[in-house]
Amino acid sequence: MTTAITPLKTSFLPSSTAASKQLTSPSTLRGTRRRCGNGVRIQAKIREIFMPALSSTMTEGKVVSWVKSEGDKLSKGESVVVVESDKADMDVETFYDGYLAAIMVDEGGVAPVGSAIALLAESEDEISLAKSKAIDSGSSSDPVESQSQPQATIPEPEAPKVTLVMDSASVSVVSMHPAATAERVVASPYAKKLAKDLKVELRSVVGSGPMGRIVAKDVESAAVNGAPSPAPVANSNVRVSVDAGIELGSTVPFTTMQAAVSRNMVESLAVPTFRVGYTIITDALDQLYKKIKSKGVTMTALLAKATALALVQHPVVNSSCRDGKSFTYNSSINIAVAVSIDGGLITPVLQDADKVDIYSLSRKWKELVDKARAKQLQPNEYNTGTFTLSNLGMFGVDRFDAILPPGTGAIMGVGASQPTVVASKDKRIGIKNQMQVNVTADHRIIYGSDLAVFLQTLAKIIEDPKDLTF
Amino acid sequence: MQASISISSSSSFAPVAPRSVRPPALSYSTGQLRFCRLRREAFGFCSFNQSCSIPIHGYRMRNRLPGMKITASVSSNGSPSKGFDYDLVIIGAGVGGHGAALHAVEKGLKTAIIEGDVIGGTCVNRGCVPSKALLAVSGRMRELQDEKHLKALGLRVSESGYDRQAVADHANNLASKIRGNLTNSMKSLGVDILTGVGVFVGKQKVKYGKVGFMDTEITAKNIIIATGSVPFVPNGIEVDGRTVFTSDHALKLEWIPDWLAIVGSGYIGLEFSDVYTALGSEVTFVEALDQLMPGFDPEIGKLAQRILVNPRKIDHHVGVFAKKITPAKDGKPVIIELIDAKTKEPKDTLEVDAALIATGRAPYTKGLGLENVNVVTQRGFVPVSERMEVLDANGNVVPHVYCIGDANGKMMLAHAASAQGISVVEQVCGRDNVLNHLSVPAACFTHPEISFVGLTEPQAREKAEKEGFEISIAKTSFKANTKALAENEGDGLAKLIYKPDTGEILGVHILGLHAADLIHEASNAIAMGMKLQDIKFAVHAHPTLSEVLDELFKSAKVNDDTAVPLPEAVAI
Repeated sequence: MTTAITPLKTSFLPSSTAASKQLTSPSTLRGTRRRCGNGVRIQAKIREIFMPALSSTMTEGKVVSWVKSEGDKLSKGESVVVVESDKADMDVETFYDGYLAAIMVDEGGVAPVGSAIALLAESEDEISLAKSKAIDSGSSSDPVESQSQPQATIPEPEAPKVTLVMDSASVSVVSMHPAATAERVVASPYAKKLAKDLKVELRSVVGSGPMGRIVAKDVESAAVNGAPSPAPVANSNVRVSVDAGIELGSTVPFTTMQAAVSRNMVESLAVPTFRVGYTIITDALDQLYKKIKSKGVTMTALLAKATALALVQHPVVNSSCRDGKSFTYNSSINIAVAVSIDGGLITPVLQDADKVDIYSLSRKWKELVDKARAKQLQPNEYNTGTFTLSNLGMFGVDRFDAILPPGTGAIMGVGASQPTVVASKDKRIGIKNQMQVNVTADHRIIYGSDLAVFLQTLAKIIEDPKDLTF
Repeated sequence: MQASISISSSSSFAPVAPRSVRPPALSYSTGQLRFCRLRREAFGFCSFNQSCSIPIHGYRMRNRLPGMKITASVSSNGSPSKGFDYDLVIIGAGVGGHGAALHAVEKGLKTAIIEGDVIGGTCVNRGCVPSKALLAVSGRMRELQDEKHLKALGLRVSESGYDRQAVADHANNLASKIRGNLTNSMKSLGVDILTGVGVFVGKQKVKYGKVGFMDTEITAKNIIIATGSVPFVPNGIEVDGRTVFTSDHALKLEWIPDWLAIVGSGYIGLEFSDVYTALGSEVTFVEALDQLMPGFDPEIGKLAQRILVNPRKIDHHVGVFAKKITPAKDGKPVIIELIDAKTKEPKDTLEVDAALIATGRAPYTKGLGLENVNVVTQRGFVPVSERMEVLDANGNVVPHVYCIGDANGKMMLAHAASAQGISVVEQVCGRDNVLNHLSVPAACFTHPEISFVGLTEPQAREKAEKEGFEISIAKTSFKANTKALAENEGDGLAKLIYKPDTGEILGVHILGLHAADLIHEASNAIAMGMKLQDIKFAVHAHPTLSEVLDELFKSAKVNDDTAVPLPEAVAI
């Protein structure tokens, strides 16, 4: 318990009783010194900022956060970086005025005690020099010699220092708000934070909040779409930014959501399932969708509606078996639709999808997705499904096999609707949009013939979708 | 302990006092006789009832429990000094007035308190109390929403949500409950509660009543001004109570704006940012100084920003004034015009859903009739001596008139007002007493909490330079505390500023779990004049958060010859 943190107290306070440890060494520019060692002391111009020893037991430290950014002006005594040791997070202060020229260990990075984590330039002009030095030091072990040569030949007048001081007085220390930028971007505080984290340029984001304000979800969707990201891998337009944060080779514990998914999937193994597939022609459905898309109708809602109408005629497919001894014909048809959110998976439920009209259903769907993103779904909005839809068609997947969520009777995997050359019964060849669906069902209660007739009904509804809109 | 004190102080005659109390009464008799002089004049006899209230170092336990029937029935409001209606009249029944009234009755003074609004004042009705109710909610919301933290503890919570009205009701109910307690405590002691506004009509004379009907005049040997303060709203800011509001409205929690700008990042602003962000708002701070939380020790402020601001949905503008704030109307949002605090040039315009003005508090001293006792307020504050005696226009003490709490501006904290009130009552009773404000702790009830007592590091350095002494700093982290780690709440820092030669504590600052409760070990040590070399031998239960302070005291290096020499600091 009595692990003395005493050394900490003395580390950063110049006037503390013990000798202060200087974080930037005055003798860092070894090359410069040696070269000009003819009695005239030329001050080092680029100093290294070391990982300090925050306690006697500390061998390495983690950079929690950089308080200053590259290019920021530092004055003596200001905090530059927060370092986490085995005991505490501590502010590390600079003992020299200057500019934070280059950060060599990024936030979250670990460095051994005594190694350089950043470079401090004395004047603004030397920032670029320091930067190249930082890059070099990454590749070769002793770059100082060659790098410092030009500096040593440049005499160092006192004058620039003076002007710098004046600069710092007029230029406000806080560089949060570029005061006089051309266009105004109104973004909420969290949206701004997210934009920074996800590297989204706010100017390119369209705000959907009150008065056109950019809110968090605008930034999130911009990040997912990848478009405004400064250096997106413009290959697939899906989830470019997500991959960026993944550290290969690392083991990541489950999030709460992932743990829940895992539990459910393992539980599902106890259920004897089987699969039946079907190919459905979607030309009529696509046409209908085009027609009513402008009224806010989504394909998800259309598919849910069609499925629900088919289920009305085949209540056994909408039943569920929980105890292995009996099964329940569910009184309502609640279509759960799997959506992936933040790397997780959740199934918002469209309740009474057979009874609710397609427009209300679409609105409801939008609301559910918004809520799911905000993590505000109520339990009855995600765990009351009686039949599940999973659609990977938008990715071009043509068919796949879904795992049955426990407590339900069946799940349907929906593939992409694709133009396909087909021979029709009247012996003609034509191009039709075809979509494959694949139903996984609990064979204790639902048999092959049940699924077969259900799929037949579903195909009929989708191929002649007039009932979907009432 | 408490019970025996109240019984003894309730007895009017020494022989009635329980035997156990007698010996101290006799042994302290000299000090006590001097004290009783005043009462002898008033009552014609000297009671020994103060015997056990002989304080250690001038401090004494106070009995604030309303339920003490014996106390109430016997030591009720005394009879006044000759020629006066009351020994003491207090204008304003906030926490300061209340504390003074209770202590006065205990000291046998016939006491009245004048209140024109509600008993309890700002703290109970529009300040500390209801805000604590909201912060209790926000703290729990934070715990429930912190997936990482829950997971680390092995907890699974499917979701969290709140009912705004129920939260608001909780705050309101708490305020009325505490208000009731306060009122009852005064009533049961027999304090006369006079309803209306109090105005000075002359020396030792006050009239009171509803505005326009102030026809009741009373005389009092001594008068305490305890009228408190109201939220300060700078010029150019239009408060409509709905989209642009002060803490008074914010506590009612009538709605939760999506985006709330908080003007001022002191402890009021910070606490509200904690409440509103936990309930789903995003917050923008507007701070005139160059740094957020300017009142705190800079190091604590920096850490607070790292823990309480940066990870939350909060951004900030510093070094700017809100020159003009227009409430939302006609479909337009709240518009805040920012100017540079130094150059006064336009800097930015914010469009937000609501703005909370937390730019401090202004004394509420208008209409007190102070001109009738030749007192001129300074920016509204009543000038006082270090003994809370009111000073007149020439800087001379106005006899028998005192001012405590926010109205004098010395330290705008409820408990400071109460302490000042008690100090005044002591003086009125003939015992000189000067409150050491450097021993009064302050707390900000964010999650985690911030607390401090005494000087900040820059203040201490300035003082050290002026007076030519040395100071040292010691720090401990909550990360090294077992209990904090058990709670998985290792964020936090305790910092000690002290004189290495004498071991005197100059200031203690804490940011971390339950910091507001932890500070009292330090504030009591300062009040009692305890030295570090002594307090470091005090034992703390393990594992508790109090060990953060234990470590802090132990890590201090005092160069006192009499103290056991400590090993040299390990070179690093």
